[in-house]
Amino acid sequence: MKKLVFLIIAAVSALSFKPTATGYKPGDIATDFKLKNVNGKMVSLADYTSAKGFIVVFTCNHCPVARAYEKRIEALDAKYAAKGYPVIAICSSDPDMNPTDSYANLQKRAAGKNYTFPYLADETQDVVRAYGARATPTVYVLQKTANGLTVQYTGAVDNDEEQSDPARINYVENAVDALLENKTPAVTSSKAFGCRIVLKSA
Amino acid sequence: MSDDCQMKRRLFLLSLFSLLFLTATAQVNTITYAQLEQRVSNPDTVYIVNFWATWCEPCVKELPYFDQLQQKYKDAPLKVLLVSMDFKSKLNSAVTPFVKKHKMQAEVDFADRNNDQEFIDAVDKDWSGALPATLLVNTKKGIRKLYEQTFSYKELNNIYQTNK
Repeated sequence: MKKLVFLIIAAVSALSFKPTATGYKPGDIATDFKLKNVNGKMVSLADYTSAKGFIVVFTCNHCPVARAYEKRIEALDAKYAAKGYPVIAICSSDPDMNPTDSYANLQKRAAGKNYTFPYLADETQDVVRAYGARATPTVYVLQKTANGLTVQYTGAVDNDEEQSDPARINYVENAVDALLENKTPAVTSSKAFGCRIVLKSA
Repeated sequence: MSDDCQMKRRLFLLSLFSLLFLTATAQVNTITYAQLEQRVSNPDTVYIVNFWATWCEPCVKELPYFDQLQQKYKDAPLKVLLVSMDFKSKLNSAVTPFVKKHKMQAEVDFADRNNDQEFIDAVDKDWSGALPATLLVNTKKGIRKLYEQTFSYKELNNIYQTNK
């Protein structure tokens, strides 16, 4: 009987999760969350009452692509937090698979690099499942609208991981700049190249 | 010419040849997306193209299975291509030494690209951009599939057997 109940719950949750299996696309309404920050405090987007939106970044310690983008993520917070779009960094990797992404190691990295933004542990991976990020780093630019947290851009920070291309397109900056001018971003999605976020089997 | 001189000459030639041979086995060619598309177009061959990087742990773990598959079916119309998506500056400093160190047998290529987004979109619109990823192409049967997962040898052999 217990097994049957479990199966029914599993089937129902599989069905109800299906629409979000591919994650958010531009125009979707993103869900808020409550995750533990490296300082031990719980953080929700609702806590940021004066923000206009958010630059939510799925990142981690272990991935070299994420590390290559770390300074750029810090720069995004420095540039846009005061303008109403703070960076919210989330690590969703499974510490059993990548011990460098354990909560203690997230704390160390955030302290060592003087992160000015929260670095949240998505230990259950519920948030990454809802948002649908597949690789680190992946950005979701969210804007507070009458409908909720509207996804205005998803994808990479820019298209030049080694910052060697003078023709670099700064996707996230362009998107947030557009929103700050009450415009719709010209580019609303891009492919986020990086390390696969491996989901624990349910 | 004295014997000694001839001996030295032979030794020199020998070392030159072995150097050439070593370089040849660890050769990493750069490949643009257009070249890759051309490369996998022979209808009589099944292509398994793995996109990997030296920094990607799950990729490095599964690479031997791709080598193993190519070895096992070296006389079959199967071509395994291992396309490195390492950072552009790392071809000589990381990729070539890695290929040498691991004595990789299957063909290794280096993705020559302006940016990752362009390359990833060209390979498959549905590829998220996460590594590793594996593309199977069987033109004769009209099969082109992208797998966003890691493989065991058994799983890899299975997709080959199913789609060959």
